[in-house]
Formats: sequence, C-alpha cells, structure tokens
Amino acid sequence: MIFIRCDGCVQSLAKKDEDMAEGSMFYHLDKTTVLQEARIFNVSPIRARDCRLVLTKIAYLTYQSETFGTKEATECFFSVTKLFQSQDAALRQMVYLIIKEFSQVAEDVIMATSSVTKDITANSDLIYRANAIRALVKITDPSILQGNERLMKQALVDKNYAVVKAALVSCIHLFASAKDMVKRWASEIQAALSKPGIASYHALGLMYLIRQNDKMAIIKMATAASRVVFRNPHTYIVLIRTTCRIMDDETPDQRSLMPLLQNFLKHKDYIVVFEAARAITGLRNVTAEELRYATHALVTMLSNHRPTLVFAAIRLLNRIAHLHRSLVVQFTPELEARINDPNRNIATFAITTVLKTGNEASVDTLMKQIASFMGDISDEFKVVIIDAIRSLCLKFPAKQSMMLNFLANVLRDEGGYEYKRATIEAIFDIFYSVPSSRETALSHLCEFIEDCEFTRLAVRVLYLLGTEGPKCATPSKYIRYIYNRLILENAPVRSAAVTALGRFAADVAELRPRIRILLERCLDDNDDEVRDRATLSLRLLDIAAAADGEAASAAASLLLNENTYVWPVLEAQLYTHLQDAGTAAVPFSDAHVPRLTKTEQHDHAMHARAQREGRLALSPTAHKFDAHGRPSPSDHRTAVGGTGGLHDYQQELSLVPALAPLGKILHSSAPAALTESETEYVVHCVKHVMPAHVVFQYTCRNTLNDSVLMNVSVQMRMQLLNDMELEAEADPGAVAALAGFAPAFVVPIPQLRYDTPETMWVVYHRPNHCVPLASFQCALHFHVYDVDPNEDLDAQLADAAEETGDRGYEDEYELEGLEIVLADFMVPDGRVMGTAPSFEAAWHAAAAEDARETYNLTAVATCASAVKSIVPMLGLAPVQGSDVVAAGKNTHTLLLAGRFVDGTPCLAQVRMVSEEGAGVTIQVMAKSPNPTVALRVVNAIQ
Amino acid sequence: MGNLFSRVFQRLWGNKEVRILILGLDGAGKTTILYRLQLGEVVNTIPTIGFNVETLTYQNIKFQVWDLGGQTSIRPYWRCYYTNTDAIIYVVDSADHQRLSTSQQELHEMLEEEEIKNAALLVLANKQDMDGAMTPAEVSEALGLATLRDRQWTIFKCSAKTGEGLTESLDWLVNAVTVSK
Repeated sequence: MIFIRCDGCVQSLAKKDEDMAEGSMFYHLDKTTVLQEARIFNVSPIRARDCRLVLTKIAYLTYQSETFGTKEATECFFSVTKLFQSQDAALRQMVYLIIKEFSQVAEDVIMATSSVTKDITANSDLIYRANAIRALVKITDPSILQGNERLMKQALVDKNYAVVKAALVSCIHLFASAKDMVKRWASEIQAALSKPGIASYHALGLMYLIRQNDKMAIIKMATAASRVVFRNPHTYIVLIRTTCRIMDDETPDQRSLMPLLQNFLKHKDYIVVFEAARAITGLRNVTAEELRYATHALVTMLSNHRPTLVFAAIRLLNRIAHLHRSLVVQFTPELEARINDPNRNIATFAITTVLKTGNEASVDTLMKQIASFMGDISDEFKVVIIDAIRSLCLKFPAKQSMMLNFLANVLRDEGGYEYKRATIEAIFDIFYSVPSSRETALSHLCEFIEDCEFTRLAVRVLYLLGTEGPKCATPSKYIRYIYNRLILENAPVRSAAVTALGRFAADVAELRPRIRILLERCLDDNDDEVRDRATLSLRLLDIAAAADGEAASAAASLLLNENTYVWPVLEAQLYTHLQDAGTAAVPFSDAHVPRLTKTEQHDHAMHARAQREGRLALSPTAHKFDAHGRPSPSDHRTAVGGTGGLHDYQQELSLVPALAPLGKILHSSAPAALTESETEYVVHCVKHVMPAHVVFQYTCRNTLNDSVLMNVSVQMRMQLLNDMELEAEADPGAVAALAGFAPAFVVPIPQLRYDTPETMWVVYHRPNHCVPLASFQCALHFHVYDVDPNEDLDAQLADAAEETGDRGYEDEYELEGLEIVLADFMVPDGRVMGTAPSFEAAWHAAAAEDARETYNLTAVATCASAVKSIVPMLGLAPVQGSDVVAAGKNTHTLLLAGRFVDGTPCLAQVRMVSEEGAGVTIQVMAKSPNPTVALRVVNAIQ
Repeated sequence: MGNLFSRVFQRLWGNKEVRILILGLDGAGKTTILYRLQLGEVVNTIPTIGFNVETLTYQNIKFQVWDLGGQTSIRPYWRCYYTNTDAIIYVVDSADHQRLSTSQQELHEMLEEEEIKNAALLVLANKQDMDGAMTPAEVSEALGLATLRDRQWTIFKCSAKTGEGLTESLDWLVNAVTVSK
C-alpha cells in the first residue's frame, strides 16, 4: 500500500489487481458503497491510512472505466479537498491522483487551487510536489495559471528531476490552450533537455510542439539535439521522428538531415536503431542507397534473442523487399533461417519476405514449407501469405499451376471470410493475368462454390463464371455447377446463378435451348428476385432471337452486361433526382451517367488495389505530433494526382449542378498548395481546362477548431500575361477572344467546419478556345463565426443565426498567387509518337515546320537542373529516358511529346549546353500540325 | 503544571482538534491573519483561490484553521466546509466602508446555516493600522451584531500587520470553545 510516485501508483494498482484477483478488497467494488465509505474524509482528525484506502478504491473504479456523475463527483471532490489538512505524504499523493481523475467530471475543481499552489511552492523535498504540478494544470485554466507563471518556470528548472518531469508533461498538456505562455518558457524547457532520464524525452517533444510550424527552427533544433548525448533512448526516438517529419516534405536529393538519421543506425541501443530504420523505410520515395544501412542493421537484429525485436525487424524487411527487392536478396539465407522460427508470426513474415526475394527455382521448396505450417497460424497471417503468393504468381507465371493447386487446397481448408476472400481474389487475379491458367482456375472455383458457406463469395464466383465461362473451350461443363446452386442455395446465390445462366445462353448458341428449360424452371422459384431475373433473361433471350438489328444487339449486350455505370455518380444523381421535387414527375434519365466497359472496370479495380497496397506502407510515424491526423500536402498530391485523378475530378464536377453542363475536363493540373501546410486555413487549387471554360477547384480545410466559416469563396484578381504579338500572329481573333476570358460564376462553400475539407469552384469563360496565360492574386473571403469547440456546433450556429450575425464577422485571408501557364493546356503523352520506332523517326516524319527559340538560362547551373525546370514549364512528357542527364555531361538533348488540350499532337526537343559560370543555353524546337501550338511551346520558357 | 492541564484537556476532548473557519470578503486579510497566527510573521499573499488549511497550537490546544477564499465566486463553497466547525473567525476590513453592507449580508446568510448554529463567532475588525479605520463599535453596528440571538459572539479590533489584538482574540476563542465543550 505504499506508493512511491504518481505514475508508480497505477502500476502497483495493476499489479495488485493481478495478485489479489480473487477475494481481494478491490474485487467487485461497488461505486455506491465506495462513495459511502468516502464520508470518512470528513472525519476529524484525519485517519490517513483509511482515507488512502478509500481513495485507492475510487482510483481503482475510475481506472476500470466506472463513470461518476457530476453531482457525486463534485461532492466527493469537496470531501477530498478536506484531506489537505493532513500532512501525510502518501495520502496527499493519492489525493492528487483523485483530483486529477475528477478534474474533468466534478464542478468547481478550482477550489483546490490555493492548496495545490502551496504544495508546489513548498521549499522542501516534499515528494508530492510533482503530483501537485500535474494536478494544477488539470484544475485551473490558463488565465488563472498566468498568475502562477513563475511557479511553472521554477518547476521547469527545479533540482528535483521528478518535478521537472511533471512540469514538462504539464506544459505539453497546457500547450493546446496556452501556446504563448508555454512559448515564453522556451529557455527553461531547453535547459531540461540535459536532465537525466525521461525528462529529456518530454523536453524534446515539447520543444518540437513549440516549433512545429517553423521548419527551419525544427531543423536547427534537431541538428543541435543530435550533438547531445541522451541517456534515455526514448529521447532519440522523438528526435528521429522529428527529423523524419521534416524529411517527409523533402525530395530525396534535398534530404539534408539524412546523415543524421543514418548515424542513428550505429547507436548501441536496439530500440533507437530500429526506430531509425523504420523512419528511413517510411520516407517517401526512399532510394535503395538510403535504405542500404538500414537493411544491414535490421538483418543483424534477426539473430537477437527477443522475439518482439525479431518480429519488428522482419516485418520491416518485408516492407523493404517490397520497395527495393535487390537490397534484401543477398540476405535470403538469414531470412530462410527464420522460416522455422517457433514464433509463427515471425515465420510468416520470413516466408513472405523470401517469397518476394526468391527466384523461380526456390519457389517449389518454399511452397512446401508454407503448406506445412499453414495450419499453425492465424487467419490474419494466412491472408498475408496468400497475398504474397498472389504477387509471386504474377511474377512467375510458369509456376501458376502449382500455385493454383496450393490455393485450391487452401480453399478446402477451414477458414474465415477474410481468408477465403483473399484466396479467391488471388485466384481471380491469376485468372485475369495468366491466360493459360483460366480453365484450371475456373474448375477450382467451381469446386469451391459446391461447398461455400459465404454467400458473398459464392455470388462473386458465379459472376466470374457467367462472364468468363462462355468463353472457355467447353462451356457446357460449368452449367451443372451453376444449376446445382439453383437447387441448393439461398436466394442471393440463386439470383446470381440465374444471371450467370442467362449469360451462357446469350453467348453460346448451342446451349441456349437447354438453358431456357433451366431458366423456365426458375419461374416457379419462391424468391421474387430470382423469378424476376429469370423472367428478364428469358425475355431478353426472346428479343435477341426474334428481332434483328438494334433491339437484338441491345438485348444481347444487356444480357452480357458489357457496360456498367460509374456507381458513385449514378447514386448521387439518383439521390438529387429524388430530393428535387420538381423532377420527381419526370422519369430519371441515365444520359448523364458515365459508363465503364468491362476492361475499364477491371483497370479501375486493379488501380484501386494498387493504391491500397501502396498505402499499406508503414504509416510515417512522424505524423504522431500532428494531433488531427491530417495528411501532409504531398499525401494529397499522390492521392489525387494518380492516373485515376482525371476521372475523379470529372466525377466531382458532375455532382455539382452548376458545373455539370460545362462538359468534359480536357486537362487538370496537379494540385498546388496556396498556403503553408500548417496555417489556419489550408487551401489547394487544381486548374481544369474545359472546352469553353477554365475551372479553378479549391479544396479548403479549416484547421481552427474554434471557428466556422460561412460562405467561403476565393477572390481572384487577374492579370493577363499573353504575348499579344504572338497571339495576333497566330489568330487575329484570339486577341479579341482573350478579352472574353472573364469570371463566369463562383460556387462557394456554404459552411466550412473544423477539419472537414470542402471544395469550392471559380469558373472563368474561355471563349474561342483561347489560351489565356494569366497570373492571379487570390484571397479567401468568408464570414467567421467563433464557436466553442466543446459544445454542440449545430446549436451554436442556430443561436448565431437567430442573433442575425451578432457574433460573426467578415474576414479575408491572403493566399499565394496562382498562374495559368501553358503546361495547363498541354497533356503529357508519350503515345503521340504513334508507331514510330524512335523520337527521331517521329520528328522527321512530322511534316510540319518546326518553331525554334533560343534562351540563356543564367539561373540554373547544370543540364540536370535545367531539365527539371523545363519539363514542368512545357507540360509535355519526356520520352526515351531523356529526362535523365548523365552526371558530369555539359550537353544534353531533352525529348518531349504530348498533346494540346484539343488533341493536336506536339513534339519538342530541347538542346542544351551548360557553361561554367554562364548558366545553360537552350534551344527549344517544337513541331505540331497546328503551328500556333508549336509557337506557344517554344515561347513558354520563362 | 502545563503538562497536567494538557492531559486534563485531552481527557476532556479526546484527541479532537478545534476546527475553525476564517471567513470574510476578499481582501479582508484572512490569509494574512492565518499565517500571522501560525508563523508569527507577515507573509506576502495572493488572492486565495480555494482555501488554505493549517494546524496551529495555542495554549496547548490544537487548532485546525481553514482560511477560505473570499472572492464572490468562491463564497458559495464556504458551505462545503461548515461541518463540525467549532468556531468562526469573521474578518472585516475596517477601512472598507463601502462593502461593509455586503459583508453584513454575507455574515447573516452564513449564520443562518444549520450546520454552524453552535459555532462561536469571533469578528475581527482588521486593518486598524490604516487611516480611516472604523472602530469595533462602528463595525459591530454596521454588521448588526447586536441582533444576534443564541450565539456566543464577540468583536475585537486587530491588525494582522502589526499583530495588535490577535492574542486577545485567540484567548477569547480558547475560552469560548472550552466552555462550550
């Protein structure tokens, strides 16, 4: 019953719980009884031992997630404050624990302030001073604390290290509400960095918090901290994560702090080495060179005696094998040694890693090994293994029959849904990517559905059978499997089976009469859906057979289900259709819903999957300090900038009624950040070129939890940058058209709440397909309402509305400038070279005259950096690897290909010579069927 | 002899301490009086948010003295500490003419409470060292002490700064609590 320190208490409590699990006084504690017992606090003189016991019971209850009502907590709190008259140290520590627990529930906890402050100022070695500091922050608000600022400052430099630690932790808690106050203590906090033990850990974390919005300051802090020798390994971990957070935004060649991070790999403590390795692995676009030492360090850990460490290391190695396979290949023997590890989780990762690195010859042995321990591991790890096998199979198609057999065996085993799903998805993938495997794969799947307890999986398999079965050599053999489902299974499976049968009938003429008989039997089914589908199939078959021409082919294509809608769009349009009373009378038209063909659909699925897997990367832990878990802007870029990006934007636009009529997006730029990533409001802009408009799509995020913005719009002030001479030369009408480049309308954000990103649009007219090059000054305009983040937002807003804007005010927030450049009108596309064997051939084949222009770029020093700046200016795709400049070369030719937004192809080559001290001289040549396009390209260098 | 007396006292009350509350408006000098009594010196105080509790021994009697903050926001919580109170020291700033009526209201409101109906009341007309300080008689008049029924009470003039009057008032207190026991 003797508690040494505040945090020791919890531990000893937990231990007690284990020790005395049965028959102890903490077993089956009842809140009401304990509160009755709490009356003892009012007895005078204080019976310290008894009181402590009751306090412990209360603490125990709160740690068991027992909740106290405000009234009972307040009552109890006031009784507890009476214990301040006792000088018993152990009792006082318990009192502080309870005060902390009750600080959020009880009312008027402020009443303990004087007593707590007195304990902190007590100039002695009282053991509970640290506890007092921790409690003080909980019970007071910053305005009161301001009076006690000196207290905290002194505590930060106290000679007792427990006090320092408590002060630091309190500062971290305090930082959220009183940033400026904590910032004033920066030098005291810095001094705490040199304290022994965990204090340095807290100090570094706090220093980071204070500087988190200032990258340069963090770099300085990290560099300075790396020279200090800390005794606590956790401090190093904070340092690594801080470093990593900075590097997250940098490209590989900018990573100035990399040596620092690599240095940690030589640290004597494993935990630090591991953290460093993990940080390096988690970096965006990490290179093989950067990973080399980390890999070495991790491999060394494999022989450690602690399973947790081995597991952590091998999991990371598995990740590295995914990123840079070649790095891990040489360590195959070490990895193989872990396959027989008694810890099956380690073994699983060992085997999947070896599967990734292994060559074709070793696959057979590996597969045998896997089969032998599949039974020993949990479903979760089985899924990991199945995924590894899937990618292996795609890598070595020759091994497909063996893998398929393995997967088929797996299907026969017992297993949960996720496991089975992973397995059939693996078979699906193999089916699609290895044509020679199709027949076998289908028969395995047929066998699977014969005895499948998961409706969803059976439906998916039936769907695949329906679409792919008819294309096989002997479609008739699948009919039996499908028909069995009709007899034996539940309604959803039967429905899927009917549809599958319909497809067979549509595709395979010789089976049609017999399938008709089967379908007719389904007309008596007791499920509506099954009957409906059967009727529909039969009817469509009739139409397809009887009529000829359009109706027949329409019926056939409907049966074969060639096209599907883009589901989210369909859903959204249906929703708006139903919401809008005016359209309710009109039948819904699917004319505006985009459709996808089978292949597109498949591509999408694969793409989504690839993205998902890419995201499986160990989440960069440096985000730890980012309290809101918001992704960094670069995350955003990769998320929307992928190949699927264009489609997503189109979809987004089509959901906004005002924007839907604008037509198809011809080209979208990459999102550009108009703010720093850590400011009050974070805004990104994407420019879309449409047939007759330019659309600016702004994604805004409000990072202040105490405000709501209403009616948010971006105000843009434009300045045209077009070379009028050039325009006049190209097309006399173009100059006039440019005058028509003017704002059309704005779709503002009605309400922007904390941390929920919303999108707004500014639309400009673009008459006559002109190419307006312009720069804009942008500012965010909005109406702010200050709200209390702790209260219900809707209620507050309703209040504000009643007061008719009493609390709100108009405000403006300056954004960074924005430009429309030629690149926004160019689509990088290497395919415009068509069938030409090389760029040179395509260049010579192009009949057009080339346009030329020479520039001297004094600001860039090397060809490599010239290439880097030219490519984004022209917006064309580098081809034949010409964007890589051999090191040390002073001449280079960059080859580019792409299309203008209207589809006109364009080729360009840029010759460059770099001279020491004189920058780079470049000559841009462009060829296009439309000479204006070529002219524009050569003039686009700025 | 003192030893004998203390034994007699202990036999009389067991080990029980005498529980005393110091109340009054903010800035009346409650905390200063508390530490003057305990440490015998004037300490620098800040407005008491909450309370201070100290134990002091006078004439071999252990006093447990609770000094509760006098700010408007804290006054409602006085009642949380009324239980088992033997005596109340009510401190008045004799130089603060304006708020004397507030002080009077608070005093009478407090005395209504059932839990302290047996507690002795010692009113201290503090800050006698200041110019324009009212005499105890004037304070007593303003507080309406004469109207009190069924209560053992008195008023002393004092100054926490100089220490004047504190000993006398404590003597009265000792006497009052021992008799009532």
